[in-house]
Amino acid sequence: MIQAQSAIESSGVTPSTAGIIETQTLEVSIGPQHPSTHGVFRMDVVIDGEVVVKLKPVMGYLHRNHEQLAEKMTWLDSMPYTDRLDYFNSMANNWAYALSVEKLAGIKVPERAEYIRVIVAELTRLLNHTVAIGFLLNDMGAWFTPVLYAFREREKIVDLFEAVSGSRMMCNYYRFGGVRVDFDEKMLAMARDIVERYPQFLDEFEKLLTENEVLLARTQRIGILPREQAINGSITGPVARASGVDYDIRKVDKYGVYGGLDFRVPLGEVGDTYDRYYIRILEMREAIKILQQALCGLPSGPIIAPEVKLRNFRVPAGDGYGRIETPKGELGFYLVADETGKMPYRYHVRPPCFINLTLLEDMCLGHKLADTVVILGSIDIVLGEVDR
Amino acid sequence: MAIDEGLALELQKHGIAVVPVEWLYNWGRRSSIWPLQFGLACCAIEMIATATARYDLARFGAEVFRATPRQADLMIVAGTVTKKMAPQVVRLYNQMAEPKYVIAMGACAISGGPFKDGYNVLKGIDRYIPVDVYIPGCPPRPEALMQAVITLQQKIAGQHLERGQRPRWYDPTAPAEYPIPSYGAHDLEPPANDKVWQRPHQCREVTNEEII
Amino acid sequence: MIPAIEQLREATLVAAPGASVEVVASTPAVQQLSLLVDREHLFAVAKFFKQEARFQMDFCSCVTGVDYPAKADKPGFIEVVYHLYSVAQKHGPIILKVRAPRELAQCEVPSLTPLWRGCEFQEREAYDLFGVRFTGHPDLRRILMWDEFTDHPLRKDYQPPLDYEWEPTPHGETLARARQMGGLMPPSASAEKLGSK
Repeated sequence: MIQAQSAIESSGVTPSTAGIIETQTLEVSIGPQHPSTHGVFRMDVVIDGEVVVKLKPVMGYLHRNHEQLAEKMTWLDSMPYTDRLDYFNSMANNWAYALSVEKLAGIKVPERAEYIRVIVAELTRLLNHTVAIGFLLNDMGAWFTPVLYAFREREKIVDLFEAVSGSRMMCNYYRFGGVRVDFDEKMLAMARDIVERYPQFLDEFEKLLTENEVLLARTQRIGILPREQAINGSITGPVARASGVDYDIRKVDKYGVYGGLDFRVPLGEVGDTYDRYYIRILEMREAIKILQQALCGLPSGPIIAPEVKLRNFRVPAGDGYGRIETPKGELGFYLVADETGKMPYRYHVRPPCFINLTLLEDMCLGHKLADTVVILGSIDIVLGEVDR
Repeated sequence: MAIDEGLALELQKHGIAVVPVEWLYNWGRRSSIWPLQFGLACCAIEMIATATARYDLARFGAEVFRATPRQADLMIVAGTVTKKMAPQVVRLYNQMAEPKYVIAMGACAISGGPFKDGYNVLKGIDRYIPVDVYIPGCPPRPEALMQAVITLQQKIAGQHLERGQRPRWYDPTAPAEYPIPSYGAHDLEPPANDKVWQRPHQCREVTNEEII
Repeated sequence: MIPAIEQLREATLVAAPGASVEVVASTPAVQQLSLLVDREHLFAVAKFFKQEARFQMDFCSCVTGVDYPAKADKPGFIEVVYHLYSVAQKHGPIILKVRAPRELAQCEVPSLTPLWRGCEFQEREAYDLFGVRFTGHPDLRRILMWDEFTDHPLRKDYQPPLDYEWEPTPHGETLARARQMGGLMPPSASAEKLGSK
């Protein structure tokens, strides 16, 4: 800098005339251990001053070769491993895998099981979006208070999961053809209690956050993702819907009993970080509507298809792709079964968070380094799913 | 060194407490252990849940989770350590200031856990750094993590300052920094740190008669 | 609506003349039939499906590879599978498959990243784990393993490094590795220690 100064003085040109001040870009490696990378994720950011010029995501720090393990185990043995993919929404991951295998093998799920699946999956959606907003605010510097509010609600939902499946997080609840444990009266009462109190909590959360000056200043017009770019980049989930992409797999594929339930799909207009935050609040309100309908309309009956064998479960040869709308996006499983049909020949997870990171660089260019962290928080990644 | 009970009680009545310096030293140390904010995988969520309002790890002295290793006393390795991440974990451990402790939380950090058959999974963080407390579970409940912190506190309470019994950071011959593994073509090099971890060798081949 | 697979095949033959397109069957229950296209015409067929007004497949959902090692009568190949959906018309999937030989030097497939940006990371993953090189990919390097790693782990003939988790009484694969690494006590010694049964 001192060299540049003397060069300016000797040449008689003022600094305002054309960029003759020599600057250097700085390469910063954010992660893999960093409070705001949502896990072990690394971003190599090149900044010019404070402005991001280039960003390369580096992942693989949690690559636990889930796909290779599944090829060595039978179909049902991989179910606990799907819990650990996106470790916030273990129930949703289970459903995607169970749905894919049921599609391949042609198993029909009884109606009570379908309703229970919807109840549990929508509770997971509430849990995930609450925690995602909590962590997004953590990234903005609201040091841990929104997380405390979010985890308070999470504890209620996770208590229900523990009552139903035996474990707080890694539930391993779904089976091919249904679910493992039935909901009794006490669990239904817990579920109804959560659904009744949730709108109140959402109102409290919104009162503190939605019109908050700091949130508005830090998220509006930051990280804009245009609609066409989102479709081309295979972005799914709330991130895509915040950019105006009208695609919700619950409405398109109508898996489970979603075809008969009445709910709307909120869409954003601008596609900035604020839209990605607010769409999660709206999706939570829609999830509460779905839960109310499902809890009212829960039929009686078996919870697992009786023709499914528990031992020696075989799948006919062939391949198939099944997908559901998890809170993070489209989670799909591409499964190939060979002639024996005892174990998957190829087991591939289509991870929403991994693919949603494709456009991270495009969203961050031109913004400041501090905005990078907020944009990453709004995509809501979980490394277990990014790296598998 | 034992203090006469009667004398201690008598002095207490006058507002004088008599404790060994060692006890005071350890009491200060164990009552304010600040963990490093270092969650790797699913166990990290239970670690965060332990720090939130319901389970509240702050009661036990872990008031804040520091983001930088320079200010942390405790590294809770929560989650699977992959081979790609292992050099970073060792580097962070080296950067922590002594005295430092490690808790291996969850089955993955102890031995690779459910993912032990993996080509990218390090089968236990104790291959490269010394571990003080192991918590089994997948994931361990928040109460288990609290129990581990209490166990660590008891361990610290039992540390001595007298020559010959000191912890390793007062020993000039013990390593201050642990060697960081590097990425090889097929595996990490070295696959384990021999001074910290010895591969158990003795195992038995079992015949059919014994099984039945 | 997506027409039947035979009509899809005819449409591709019209759009990309000279292409060799076969229909690959699937399980009877799932009914997800796919089109196996040859490498030279893959890009043209994919572009046709993206731009043609009937289909408008603007969303590439899933890209993956499958390894089929050589068997007695058939040569081996690595198959790359693309699942295409349409956001504009809300239909799908159209499944495209392409095969490449397993030898690393010839294992090349044209990249579809110029058409759908979402293929970028998934093709990098297929390169990392299978060794398939995607010609035309803007940034083909390893994504999940470290750069110095030389193997392609999801191939069926991958040998992981010799490092087993200790088991006190191993069986099967673990037993074979324990024999290699030494320190295994023979059954006769152990029977004595156990006493007679």
